[in-house]
Amino acid sequence: MEFAELIKTPRADNVVLHRPFHLAVEGTLCLTGHHLIFSSRRQDNAEELWLLHSNIDSIEKRFVGSLGTIVIKCKDLRIIQLDIPGMEECLNIASSIEALSTLDSVTLMYPFFYRPMFEVLEDGWSSFLLEQEFELLSSVTNEWRLSCVNKEFSVCPSYPPVVIVPKSIDDEALRKVALFRHGGRFPVLSYYHKKNGMAMMRSSQPLTGTNGRRCKEDEKLINATLRSGRRGFVIDTRPLTVAQQARAKGGGFEQEVHYPQWRRIHKYIERFNILQESFIKLVEACNDQSHNMDRWLSKLEASNWLTHIKELLTAACLAAQCIDREGASVLVHGSEGTDSTLQVTSLAQIILDPRCRTIRGFEALVVREWLQAGHPFQQRCAQSAYSNSKQKWEAPVFLLFLECVWQIHRQFPCSFEFNEHFLVLLFEHAYASQFGTFLGNNESERAKLKLPQKTMSLWSWVNRPEELSRFQNPLYEANSLVIWPSVAPQSLQLWEGVFLRWNRPSRFLEEAEEERINIIKYNKELQAKVNALRRQLAEMETDGEVQGEE
Amino acid sequence: VENVRLLDRLSSRRAVVGTLYLTATHVIFVENGSETRKETWVLHSQISSIEKQATTATGCPLLIRCKNFQVIHLVIPQERDCHDVYISLIRLARPVKYEELYCFSFNPKLDKEEREQGWKLVDLNEEYNRMGVPNNYWQISDVNRDYGVCDSYPTEIYVPKSATAHIIVGSSKFRSRRRFPALSYYCKGNNASICRSSQPLSGFSARCLEDEQMLQAIRKANPGSDFIYVVDTRPKLNAMANRAAGKGYENEDNYSNIKFQFIGIENIHVMRNSLQKMLEVCELKSPSMSDFLWGLENSGWLKHIKAIMDAGIFIAKAVAEEGVSVLVHCSDGWDRTAQVCSVASLLLDPYYRTMKGFMVLIEKDWVSFGHKFNHRYGNLDGDPKEISPVIDQFIECVWQLMEQFPCAFEFNERFLIHIQHHIYSCQFGNFLCNSQKERRELKIKERTYSLWAHLWKNRADYLNPLYRSDHSQTQGTLHPQIAPCNFLYKFWSGMYNRFEKGLHPRQSVTDYLMAVKEETQQLEEELEVLQERLANLQKSQSGNNKVKSKQQDRSQQFGLYTSNNSLANTPQEYSNDLKSFPSRSPSQGDEDSALILTQDNLKSSDPDLSANSDQESGVEDLSCRSPSGGGCLPSEDSGKDSDEAVFLAG
Repeated sequence: MEFAELIKTPRADNVVLHRPFHLAVEGTLCLTGHHLIFSSRRQDNAEELWLLHSNIDSIEKRFVGSLGTIVIKCKDLRIIQLDIPGMEECLNIASSIEALSTLDSVTLMYPFFYRPMFEVLEDGWSSFLLEQEFELLSSVTNEWRLSCVNKEFSVCPSYPPVVIVPKSIDDEALRKVALFRHGGRFPVLSYYHKKNGMAMMRSSQPLTGTNGRRCKEDEKLINATLRSGRRGFVIDTRPLTVAQQARAKGGGFEQEVHYPQWRRIHKYIERFNILQESFIKLVEACNDQSHNMDRWLSKLEASNWLTHIKELLTAACLAAQCIDREGASVLVHGSEGTDSTLQVTSLAQIILDPRCRTIRGFEALVVREWLQAGHPFQQRCAQSAYSNSKQKWEAPVFLLFLECVWQIHRQFPCSFEFNEHFLVLLFEHAYASQFGTFLGNNESERAKLKLPQKTMSLWSWVNRPEELSRFQNPLYEANSLVIWPSVAPQSLQLWEGVFLRWNRPSRFLEEAEEERINIIKYNKELQAKVNALRRQLAEMETDGEVQGEE
Repeated sequence: VENVRLLDRLSSRRAVVGTLYLTATHVIFVENGSETRKETWVLHSQISSIEKQATTATGCPLLIRCKNFQVIHLVIPQERDCHDVYISLIRLARPVKYEELYCFSFNPKLDKEEREQGWKLVDLNEEYNRMGVPNNYWQISDVNRDYGVCDSYPTEIYVPKSATAHIIVGSSKFRSRRRFPALSYYCKGNNASICRSSQPLSGFSARCLEDEQMLQAIRKANPGSDFIYVVDTRPKLNAMANRAAGKGYENEDNYSNIKFQFIGIENIHVMRNSLQKMLEVCELKSPSMSDFLWGLENSGWLKHIKAIMDAGIFIAKAVAEEGVSVLVHCSDGWDRTAQVCSVASLLLDPYYRTMKGFMVLIEKDWVSFGHKFNHRYGNLDGDPKEISPVIDQFIECVWQLMEQFPCAFEFNERFLIHIQHHIYSCQFGNFLCNSQKERRELKIKERTYSLWAHLWKNRADYLNPLYRSDHSQTQGTLHPQIAPCNFLYKFWSGMYNRFEKGLHPRQSVTDYLMAVKEETQQLEEELEVLQERLANLQKSQSGNNKVKSKQQDRSQQFGLYTSNNSLANTPQEYSNDLKSFPSRSPSQGDEDSALILTQDNLKSSDPDLSANSDQESGVEDLSCRSPSGGGCLPSEDSGKDSDEAVFLAG
């Protein structure tokens, strides 16, 4: 298909762009296959706005006489308005944008056309291989092994080709366990707590069904993570009733009789359309521009968004608590094990593992616990809060995770190597990107699409030193401790950096950020100067002594 | 009383046993623990209510709520002891004479001269001069020399030059409690001013020529403008109701060239109830997100804060942008008027956003103009209906502004919290009584100490590290967003949940940056010393060997721009520095560095409730604050299971 066919009017002049907190600008609007480009050549204020079509969530048009107006709402929650003279031009442009922003074939997406202007120093597609992770693990324990049982994605289509499992379980057993778990997602290692050797595993629900099926290999597999005489915890992210109902559809949960060493805890985490509705309501409340917005707090409350944040953080803290405080191994699952399960396991790692609070470590976490673990990004992030299409698989699962990280970050502002912009960046790129990283729903799909060969990885770009510097937290000091966030309502706040990003004045906050950076930078410069001088003086003094001796 | 248990509000499990002492000024609880023996001191004047609850098997619970939002939950083994403590505290917390207050016995070991110097730190004459008065338009009036015209006003008052004593006295007779229009803030740049007064006694039709002349005089003192705004900060309904009592508001027809404006800020009773409701929400044991947000919304607190702010913004705009003078009043002109005038001044003049300027502002708009500190903050036993968090609201407005303009204020959050604390503590004489007249009669300045001197001495603790006097945010007028930005007003947990350290960020950016800046300063000094030494060495060596010194020049330059990670001052040291900082703890430290006011024995009320490490408190929060609770994990297994699971809550 040629994009040109979809573009009936490639260019319009005298278009006026409106954005909150900016003066209106007049300029030229151009449409290309993947971008909407607005450029104003006014001498005092030349600027260009590039918007990916895939970032457009919804578009509305209205007319006053022959002046058309289109309102574009983006997946990154920004809203812009374009006044376009000429009814035909406006209609053409609107329908082109609509078509171009809803292309249904992945291979037509921009990442397949994007040619980077930068030199690739390190290919992000091979930056975070599970093999490397395993090497690190092998240096502290030999209880685990890499298994290639899923080499052809034949055992579990949503798992990566290699996984880490207990050493004592062979591939034959894994195949059997896969048949006993929803979607073949047998328990695999998610995190190993070096401090006490406890493990966090994740999987999907067991297929016990109504007649209480059991699988000896499954029991053996998860028991292999326990020390003799110790107990473990199964954290089920569904309420008990839902777990019980799941039996009717062939699903279920670990029965005490068959898993006597495991204590099951139900920690309910909301999912799918409930989350999506919350998201939509919250964004609506944040965009309410009416002057007497009296009921802001009740609208915030009614969205339930912060309730989800609180539930999720609580579940993650509980998992971390079981591992670090109770010295127990943990298995986390919900139904499919691709959403709430991953939220819990990845947040628990943020709490427990200082490495996950570094930039590199956080990237590795996202790759390991989200991309390789088979979170269906393409389904979940197809649309954002403005879309009218109410597909039931759309849900801001990843955004919730990022916000929880932000909440912890806010409580421990010196313990993270990255800053808020880094989290916002990941949010943006999960929804619309020039990079192929978040395309596809799992590793199997990514392999079929040949993404590593045909597209650029987000990490190849982010990890370049000049980009990286924008995401560094100036206050960072490595903190090797476990960090326990407070989950009290007083301690949780709305993530303004995402939800109010486009409708609050940000200048003063940016100035404050700059000031913080300057204070630290100046301090470091001084340290360097003082140390250089000290050294120089020491040298001169010894020289002087030598001379004196001469 | 021995064997008293101090309960942690968040978890009944975490209680400490200790001994309770009552002294003339403080309630003191000392823990029994052998190593720490932590002490909790509470000033009697901070106690806002004492509640004795039904005796249980473990003892008799006593709940002490403090005006600085601390809540202390004690369990006393013997009912009789508890009753005695209760009765004594009720008496001690409600002094009837000023002489009983702590400031008359508090002795920070300063000599007489230092005390006098302390009281001179904030000088209002100097302040009016700084504003630019007296000048061609404004003069000081001695009409209230012996408090003869208005006993709640100061003796020295600035009025328009054209307002004769006759006009002033005439106008004062037409105003509630004779609080006639007087200058609060003068804007040198454009002659616009903010004046304040009480409501006129206009009833349904009364007029007063002198009052009309007074407003005329205020307009004339600003030659650039042909009208003034009269801002009534009450809701219109309240103002109209006042007319029936012979009071009311200005009739635009009777006064020439005024524009009249209502700005609906509720009265002290509404505000008192609103705070009460909000504190109930703060005290909830483990609220869900919905409980909390609903409670906060229903309390209306943030709405009231926004109303005060909007009024301040309106006035600041009129003065700065339109160049129009404003007369502000409410009913008596000592509560809402004080709030609004000081918010407007703070927005208009960067000086008030410095530490010294902020003290001056409170001294000017609150202390000198007769804000009834004694009644509003219940220093002496009095009518509970007079109590209201008026200045607390102003202090919160400042905090909200600090959140929006992080670089604009010289002081930090701690400064505000400590001022709030001392408004209630009665440890310093500044906020005693209801007016200047009463304070003079009591000889406050001879018999007590000034808070401002105390804060000034410890100013290093109160600095905002992001403040730079040459920063754009510190220049000129602040323009906060008013339009649809309700969401910019946030719950201030640093104040209202001040004593629950577990709820706050575990690492403080402010403290961190302050430590860095302190280190930077030391480095600057060291750099200077080193450079001097270097210069001396070079001088002495240059005679010896010229070639050599050239090389060294080069190496010096090279050295200046090279950084080396293995240097003496690695970042690790910051965290050690941080431990010594008085406020919130950084992650590495343990949590027992509570807000410390103790520099001079001010152990008034520092609650070191949290002796546990970060990790403990993290776990704590999690288990007892989650709605479904780590403790009561629903599981299909019977009692056995949940029994076992309880330990998760530990």
